Amino acid sequence: MTDLYSNIFLVIAVTSIATYLSRSLGVLFSERINMNSKIFRLFDCVAYSTLAALISKVVVFPAGDLVEASNLIRLIVVFVCVAVFFIAKRNLVYPTVLSAILLTVLIKIV
Amino acid sequence: MIRSGFYLKGLFSVRSVDSPAIALGCSFLAIGALLKNIGFNLQQSFFSTFFTYALPGQLVMAESFLVGASLVNIFIGVWLVNARLFPMAVSMFPLLKSKKQPKWKYYISCHFLAVSSWLIMKKDYRTINEDYRIDFWMGIGTATWSIAIVSTVLGFLISDYLSKDMMIGLAIVNPVYFFCMLLGSMKNVVIGTSVILGTILGPAFYLISPEWCILYGGVTAGVIAFFVGELND
Repeated sequence: MTDLYSNIFLVIAVTSIATYLSRSLGVLFSERINMNSKIFRLFDCVAYSTLAALISKVVVFPAGDLVEASNLIRLIVVFVCVAVFFIAKRNLVYPTVLSAILLTVLIKIV
Repeated sequence: MIRSGFYLKGLFSVRSVDSPAIALGCSFLAIGALLKNIGFNLQQSFFSTFFTYALPGQLVMAESFLVGASLVNIFIGVWLVNARLFPMAVSMFPLLKSKKQPKWKYYISCHFLAVSSWLIMKKDYRTINEDYRIDFWMGIGTATWSIAIVSTVLGFLISDYLSKDMMIGLAIVNPVYFFCMLLGSMKNVVIGTSVILGTILGPAFYLISPEWCILYGGVTAGVIAFFVGELND
């Protein structure tokens, strides 16, 4: 039990260091970067595209509980919620609340 | 040391109706329940979000822990999935630079860097005096980080009452919210190209390399979008 207990804290420590590394190296690197430079614009593009890549990967190839819903259901939920987002004049509340309800209902029906 | 006016303005920026608090709370509620289910106790769940505060990384940690992966493998897995934080930091911290501010603020507050806080800061930084943007950022970060920690603890405590369907429902909230937020931030051709190409190339590269797909897809899409912007200038 003690082994497992200390092992979990080691796992948390390793996870935290691996995460802080990316954040702190980003700060270190940004010290030499001017916000009007081309390299800043390049990193801006990469940041947006990496986030988009991460989110779409989570929807198309999920890990955890989302695996239980089929790919078709997940995509239907995302498309409907995006449509609602634009119909509701970019209101974020409606698609956010709808996503959980719609996914739960579709899993029950299909 | 910290200008309280700017700090509080950042702290309260998550109070708006369409703030990321709901999506963030739902996701970390699910993480709290997941950590309990895989054998973490309350303290360990608390410290996981307190020190890591990165949802995909914590998911990788949980999965790796379940299959008994080595610490080196966990480190590499988490680092890979959280590598997106590097370009996010490089594309945000130059906006917060001020000679009047000490460096420690930047290195401590980078712990608050997450999709939610990053998107709020990118949206609002122009409204804040350059010298005090870091204080505003620390306010946003404290708010989003606190929501994540409280939600993790709450998720741990109510995990027995969360059905499988509810857990699945909670899991879709985060990607839908942040995808809509990203679509909403497409204010010009360059950002629009970055988001659309990233959305397509992320899963596409998964077929070639599941571990590196986010980095490969993100960097490729970002570089193409950058050159699209250069051609348009």
